[in-house]
Amino acid sequence: MKDARILKRERFTPLTYALLAAALLLTMILCVCMGSVRIAFSDTVTAIWNAVWGLPVPQSVAKNIILNVRLPRVLCVTLSGAALSLCGAAMQGLLRNPLADGSTMGVSSGAALGAVTAMATGFTLPGSSYGGIMVTAMVFAFGSLVLILSLAYALDRSLATSSIILIGVIFTMFITSIISLIITFASDHTRSLNFWTLGSFSGVNYDQAKLLCLALAVCGGVLLRFSPELNAFAIGEDNARHIGVNVRRVKLIILITVSVLIGVCVSISGTVSFVGLVMPHIARMLVGANHRRLLPASLFSGAIFLLLADLTARTLLSPIELSIGVVTSLVGAVAFVLIFYRTRKGR
Amino acid sequence: MLSCRHVSVRYGDFAAVDDLSFRLEEGQWLMLAGPNGAGKSTLIEAIARGVPYTGSIEWSGQDILSLKPAQFAQRIGVLSQRNTVGYAYTVEEVVGLGRYAYKAGFLSGRDDDGKVRVERALELTGLTALRHASMLTLSGGETQRAFLAQVFAQNPQVLILDEPANHLDLKYQQHIFSLIQQWLKEPGRAVLSVVHDLSLARRYGTHAVLMHHGKSVSQGRIGDVLTRDHLRQVYEMDVYAWMREMLSQWS
Repeated sequence: MKDARILKRERFTPLTYALLAAALLLTMILCVCMGSVRIAFSDTVTAIWNAVWGLPVPQSVAKNIILNVRLPRVLCVTLSGAALSLCGAAMQGLLRNPLADGSTMGVSSGAALGAVTAMATGFTLPGSSYGGIMVTAMVFAFGSLVLILSLAYALDRSLATSSIILIGVIFTMFITSIISLIITFASDHTRSLNFWTLGSFSGVNYDQAKLLCLALAVCGGVLLRFSPELNAFAIGEDNARHIGVNVRRVKLIILITVSVLIGVCVSISGTVSFVGLVMPHIARMLVGANHRRLLPASLFSGAIFLLLADLTARTLLSPIELSIGVVTSLVGAVAFVLIFYRTRKGR
Repeated sequence: MLSCRHVSVRYGDFAAVDDLSFRLEEGQWLMLAGPNGAGKSTLIEAIARGVPYTGSIEWSGQDILSLKPAQFAQRIGVLSQRNTVGYAYTVEEVVGLGRYAYKAGFLSGRDDDGKVRVERALELTGLTALRHASMLTLSGGETQRAFLAQVFAQNPQVLILDEPANHLDLKYQQHIFSLIQQWLKEPGRAVLSVVHDLSLARRYGTHAVLMHHGKSVSQGRIGDVLTRDHLRQVYEMDVYAWMREMLSQWS
């Protein structure tokens, strides 16, 4: 008789990748079509196809809305969703903590503080008006991560879930207050507190999409390369050391990679909660705990989730646009409670 | 193979391991024995490079701290006392990670015999039927066997075991200890283990270090170390009389 404990999970085949990629592409096109002005599916595909291949776009098609407003936004949302979900999966594995994520651990808030500080002080890098904001966000994200983990370690050497989350929540509240203060004194130079705490993709452009694409390609490649090490950490840091993982080096590389990716995302769209927390859990339910499958599955599911969240934020109370964080938090919080409850019951 | 010289592990003013020296040679199964708090597990952690120590620990004359993590894992395999898994990995995935040291690094070659070693480790520990089972559903004993299989798959020259009988019922205690004894018969191998059950230590050990308050009270051949007087000194009771009384329950 078959043991009831045997996992029924199928292997993550190339066909699964193809199906996920197709679902993502379809969702992206749907998100370009839908909005305050509805555009036909065929017009959207034609406009994008012709633009990609340098062909003239027919006059009858709403070229400006498709190519200059919605497409860059959809690209940024897709890449941010993929990046945030990937970071969440990597952090949950590295810290062996199902509650780890940029937003719960205060990393996103740290990145937001970096971006606000750079904007308020007018810090830029030569040759790039946006580079200063992005680099500061990355540095602050990494600094926050190191600070939170150090404080949690000082409190509890086992780096228990509860210690990290407690410190992360308090850190987030503290940082939000500082961001609020900076915005009060430098409101002309920064975006609103609402943008930094709930996020928005309004007004993003192709340059930001290119930066996100570059960051995701490089950092995502690094994280995928470290899948075996993430598996070892997810089983236990001592076990990782015993099987020959260079624990300190790998940990540092993954933390820097995650900080860079979160820093880039936050500097473009503000803090978008729950994507990195919830989507890896859903991906884990689909493909199992092995990071070789989990990371790609998280990437696709995070992108699709954030696209649908952004679509809802744009269209639910149209013409009023909600902050995307309102939608991700509403859906994500409920989903997380359900998943967590189910996982604990299923043990 | 492995030698510890004047090893001490301190937590502030407290010395968990205090100026301890011993050698582990090929073919030996050295038992670290002693009461709770004697420093046995801390010593194992020091050898596994998990806690900072003073003194020197050498592998064939080479400082173990100079070995790269993968080199260390190819020579020394460690089985911890407490092993838990937080996510639903399969038994096979956990055992397969034992081959990590042979695949680590961008320029590493293929691990040709990895699959065979994993199969053999699953078979030896009786886990072949549970290879696709979630680790979250295993009993304590099955979990311990899965991690032992991981160490077997790692194929080290020295096994370091912290309470290998932890969570195991009598059947698997006998099974696992016999397996380790069998494993030890291959040339170039040795075992160092912490064992609380002195009967198991006497039955399977070839040598022993008896520890108390972080120091070595006695070391050498197992029969010369686990004597009535030595045991009375560290356990502050007549261990022989107690063991006989226990055994008399079965007659």
